Amino acid sequence: MEYTDILNIPPYSMKKEEKETLLTKELAELTELHRENCCEYKNMTDCTGYQRENIHSYYDLPFLPVRLFKERNLKSIPDEQIFKVMTSSGTTGQAVSKIYLDRTTASNQQKTLVKIVSEFMGSARLPMIIVDCPSVVKNRQMFSARGAGILGFSIFGAKKIYALKDNMELDIEALKGFLEEYRGKKILLFGFTFMVWQHFYHRLSELKKQGKSFDLSNGILIHGGGWKKLINDRVSPEEFHDRLQAVCGLNRIHDYYGMVEQTGCIYMQCEYGHLHASVFSDIITRKKDDFSVCKYGETGIIQVVSMLPRSYPGHSLLTEDEGVILGEDNCPCGRKGKYFKILGRLKNAEIRGCSDTYAEMFQSK
Amino acid sequence: MTNMEKYVKVFTDTLDISEEQTKGLQYTAIPAWDSVGHMALIAGLEDAFDIMMDTDDIIDFNSFEKGIEILGNNYDVEF
Repeated sequence: MEYTDILNIPPYSMKKEEKETLLTKELAELTELHRENCCEYKNMTDCTGYQRENIHSYYDLPFLPVRLFKERNLKSIPDEQIFKVMTSSGTTGQAVSKIYLDRTTASNQQKTLVKIVSEFMGSARLPMIIVDCPSVVKNRQMFSARGAGILGFSIFGAKKIYALKDNMELDIEALKGFLEEYRGKKILLFGFTFMVWQHFYHRLSELKKQGKSFDLSNGILIHGGGWKKLINDRVSPEEFHDRLQAVCGLNRIHDYYGMVEQTGCIYMQCEYGHLHASVFSDIITRKKDDFSVCKYGETGIIQVVSMLPRSYPGHSLLTEDEGVILGEDNCPCGRKGKYFKILGRLKNAEIRGCSDTYAEMFQSK
Repeated sequence: MTNMEKYVKVFTDTLDISEEQTKGLQYTAIPAWDSVGHMALIAGLEDAFDIMMDTDDIIDFNSFEKGIEILGNNYDVEF
């Protein structure tokens, strides 16, 4: 099936059996494609004893540890087809992942993101507040996952402002003017979790004490990038939500889980607080000791599979995150597919994620 | 100003290029028209023609000529 046809499938419409058939066929083909075009991938999968005829389900496919993209330049396209190289966010001294994109994969990533996010905010583009500073996309040298994330989501914004100045101070005048201009209209807010908490929530909360408040009750906030710093500060997702609502009336808040190695296929949080796999990708949880598949409800390491990556062998990856699959096809929100919760990073794993790496630098200042 | 003049002006202003450079220009063919430049270009066109483009059209907009086709077919801009 062409990916353009897959894109026409409503993202949360497919039941378990049908989705398993689709993913197995497409991911097995991708495995073959990458074996043909990426010699290192072929060697690695040979070492795992991969044989096409033994693949009966996508659960049987080999998976690469996500940190391999830091250590190796893995790609399945000749150099002249490289359109863009995406890098992960990393704290100083950390190696960064390098993800090689051709035009087709880059465009499919953006289209996939649009399909997924539209299910939550509707298809109309909205006035948008980006909870970050303008320099994060202007300075193309420091353009990394954080800039790419903001840019990827910018497509949902009609008129946009940055809520923070380059010194990370809240731009109160700009925010005030924007909210006046779009009073009563639905507004989209996007930012990384820590940025929203540290530079937006805290400042709004101070201002409120001084008698200045902002009404964001028409807002939809989409945020992601990691909870590590907030967990250290003992801020739970529930408290994050409650405190934001109390300070500015923001009530529609969606966290998302995603990574630069599989850009586009994000896992959005529904109204019931569950992260959802769309039809374009899936998650599998595996036991730490032998990598066998966990039962639903059991904590394991998260493997992500995606039908998107064609230019690099990243269609089946073992992350360094722990999580638990809560169920499949039966979330009370009505969306089909697996739904799950992230519990955090594996112990001794590196700090990554746009929100977490920034928080780390913030702390060490 | 004709619609074509307006269209060209958004390209030359946003991407800081000459009028001669616009013809046949492809997305990412020059450093200024990267993904950041693209969103600025879309914002400029939306202001100039007072339209709101669909996300699909923003993604499909990959050359100077393709943009004319998209604006003409989907947003009633006559060139």
